[in-house]
Order: sequence, then structure tokens, then C-alpha cells
Amino acid sequence: MTEVTGSAAARLRGVTKIYGNGVNALGPIDLSVRRGEFISLLGPSGCGKSTALRIIAGLSPPTSGVVELAGVSAQAARRRSIGFVFQEPTLMPWATVRDNVFLPLRLMREARSAAEVKVDAVLASVGLSEFAGVYPRELSGGMKMRVSLARALVTDPELILMDEPFAALDEITRFKLNNDLLELWRRLRKTVIFVTHSVFESVYLSQRVIVMTPRPGRVSAELVIEEAERTEEFRTSAAYAGHCRDVSQALARASATRAAS
Amino acid sequence: MEPDLPTLPDSSRGRPMQVILPIVVFAVSVVAWDLLVRLNSIPPYVLPGPLLVFDTLVKDRQILFDALGVTLLTTLEGFIAASIIGILLALLFNTSRIVEYSFYPYAVILQVTPIVAIAPLLLIYLPQQTAVVACAWIVAFFPVLANTTLGLNSVDRNLADLFQLYGASREQQLRFLKLPAALPHILGGLRIAGGLSLIGAVVAEIAAGSAGAGSGLAFRIAESGYRLNIPRMFAALLLLSLTGIVIFMALSLISHLMLRRWHESALGKES
Repeated sequence: MTEVTGSAAARLRGVTKIYGNGVNALGPIDLSVRRGEFISLLGPSGCGKSTALRIIAGLSPPTSGVVELAGVSAQAARRRSIGFVFQEPTLMPWATVRDNVFLPLRLMREARSAAEVKVDAVLASVGLSEFAGVYPRELSGGMKMRVSLARALVTDPELILMDEPFAALDEITRFKLNNDLLELWRRLRKTVIFVTHSVFESVYLSQRVIVMTPRPGRVSAELVIEEAERTEEFRTSAAYAGHCRDVSQALARASATRAAS
Repeated sequence: MEPDLPTLPDSSRGRPMQVILPIVVFAVSVVAWDLLVRLNSIPPYVLPGPLLVFDTLVKDRQILFDALGVTLLTTLEGFIAASIIGILLALLFNTSRIVEYSFYPYAVILQVTPIVAIAPLLLIYLPQQTAVVACAWIVAFFPVLANTTLGLNSVDRNLADLFQLYGASREQQLRFLKLPAALPHILGGLRIAGGLSLIGAVVAEIAAGSAGAGSGLAFRIAESGYRLNIPRMFAALLLLSLTGIVIFMALSLISHLMLRRWHESALGKES
């Protein structure tokens, strides 16, 4: 795999995925993500968004096509430079919050003493310092998701992949986590690829929304969401409503593409 | 007006009843037993009264507790062998489908064949003490194997992906993911295995009894039977039951202590 030139953090070229059982899940798909960009992959359930994320993470090999990550080949890069947040919190119930966040560093054989500083810092950044010694069962759904986010951030990755992370949360908690995620992103300037099936969430969070067709998922449209201060005021603004309408229409067209083909 | 709140299941209210009711049943049974023996003047060689059984337990304590020691040692050895071999075999099955498919049916065969039928053969082929431990092991190891296998297979798939993402080695996967995830199942298997090793040891001792060298608790029961020493039979039986209860409670306690921080089974209903 070749090094990506320019400022792309990740690039997919002609990536397809056909599963062993013959299901054509994805592509071909071409996608380029700038360094520090926040993009959303939006599409109906089963359109291969999660598959795309797993391929980028190196958890699942593409049937054809190439995935390039900034700097190094995907295999070598992914250990330290990718953080993954699953749909469920996916925490180890037998370990404390601190040990759950420590896990990636432990698997990379980092010394506990050196790692402790990083773990404490990242727990502070998601507002969970005082819950470090607590077991996951004692936390609310939103707090579990914060732990999951902290775990993804602890290796200081270049790229953060998020697979419908807030889908199971209530709306009030989701809004709060949306704001916190944006604040973290503004501060850390990570590249984020965010998979969602919520039009509103994609518009609120991202700089660019990639609308995908139903299976096999292809890029149907790309919509740039203008730079705006993402605050609670933005949620109620006319600009936000306009973007949501545009994205919804694009999504409807994407679904119609399937019906025609 | 405040609505009537539904009464929640209250573990603090259920607990005393759980302790008191069995004790009441026990006390009533013992009194009934005593009355039955006294009122009908049943001779001790037919049915000894509870006091006589207790007296015999005290009087014969030297013989009985020595015998208990022998049986306990057999049980412990069988239990340890069952735990180690059961867990190791499950780990082996987990790493290789070929090994699992090749050997799992034989583990099942070993489990479903009655130990009473295997014991005499083992006693012919193996030294007495080894044969007795082997019986305890055969009876006890399958629950450990089956439960550990189930536990190792019930690892959260996303967590497994996460380990893969960070390039975890096999040893790390085992240590930090598979074994902790399987722990509740393993402990459940061990809890069953504890009681079963005692059963295996007792069955083997009874089978070995005629071979002469046995001196465990089961052997004492058989021997007392031949001599029509019924009170001692009862005393030995009582001791055996108490031992089984203690083993079960000890293993339950260990399981609870190991899981209480995180596992649902060890948490109160209200949390």
C-alpha cells in the first residue's frame, strides 16, 4: 500500500465487500477524508456503512480495492492510529472504568506507570475522573459511552471510527454527547468518520455528509455542511433545518436509486 | 393522593425466611423421628433415634472422622484433577476445532456411562487409591469442561474485535478477555463438580470396599451395614451429607466473592 499524498487521512479506492454467503454488502466505493475532518456516513440500515468502517479499521479485509491510511500501510498503522467506538459501549464488565480505558495501552504492552498519566488525562477529558474506580454496571448508558470514547482516545489516534455510537441513547443524553464529542474534536483535531442513520445527527456533527445507497452501499451524494458554531442555537436555526432538508432529500434520492436499478 | 406503589421484591425480607424455614423443617423432622422411635419402641438395629445417632457420632468420632479424612482427600484430588483437566481441555477445544470435534464425543461418553459400572474395571486396572480418585475425576470433570467451553464461546464479539484491532496476542486474548469472560461459567461448573467428586469418591469406595483396603466413609457405611451397626450407618451418612453441604457452600462462597464486584449473579436484586 502506498503512502497517501497531501492532507488525506484516509482514502478508499474501489473498495467492495462481498461476504462468503454471496451477499454484496458494499461498493465499489471511493472516499477521501481530509486530515482533521469530521465526516458522517449516512444511509439506511444494512447499506454497508458499518462494513466500510470495519474495512477501514482492518477488522475485515475488502474483497477488492485499496484502503490507504495517512503515513503508513493500514496493517501497521491501525494499532496506534485508529480508535474505534462501537454501537454498544463494549466494556469489560469485570474491569473498572480505569482498567477498561487502560486496555488498548495494556495490549500494546505499555508500562502501567507511564499509561496511568494518559488514562487519567483522557478520563478527565470525558468528565469521568471521579468514576475511575467504578465498574461499568454502575454507570448510566451515556456514561458507559463516554468510557468507550475515552478508550478510543487513549492511544491518541489519528483517526476515530464511530459506528452509530449514540443510537441506543435517549435523545437528551445524545444531544449532550454530541456537544461533548464536538468539543473534543475541536480541541484534539482528530479525523472522525461517524456512521449514523440519523439525518439530524449527521448534519449537527459533521463537516461533510456522505449519503449512501441501500445495499450494496455506494456513495450517492456528498453534502458539505457550512462551518457554523455548533451549539444548541444551531440546532434550532434555519440553516440547520435547511441542511436537514437537503440531506433528507439526498437520502430519499439515494433510496430511489436502488428501486430503479 | 399518592398512588399505591407496587411492592418490590425485597431481598432483605426474603433472606431470614430462607434460613428459618429449613431450620423449622429440620427441627420438626427430628422431633417427629424421635417420637416415632420412642412411641413405637423401635429397636435401634431397625431405626435408631436421632439422639442415638448423635451419640454414635460422638462415640465413634475417631473411626468416622478418620474415614471422613480419607474420603475428603479422594474428593479433593478428584476435584482438583477435574478442574485442571476440564479447564485445560476446554481451552484446547477452544483453540482447535479439529481437537474439539475429535474428542468431545468421548468426553460425553465418559459422562453418560454410569460410574458404578466403570468403577470395578478401574479397580482391576489401577492401584486402589488411583482408581478411586479416577472415579471422582470422571464424574466431576464433564461439568467443568462443558461450562468452560460455553464460557469461552460466549465472549462479546465486539470486544474480540477490539482486541484484534489493538493487535492482541493469543496469550493476551486468553488472559484479559476469554478467561475473565468465562469465569462465571467456570465457577458454576466447579460448584457442580465439587458435589459430584464427593459422589464419585463414595461410589468408588463402595465398589472398592470388597477389595479390602478401603477405609473411607462410604466403606464404613458398607461395613456397618454388614455388621448391622445401623446407628453408625446413620452417623456416617449424616457426616457425608454435611460434608456435601459444606463443599457446596464453600464453593458458592468462593464464586460469590470472585464475582461480587461485577457479575449479575452475585448482585442483589435491587441494584
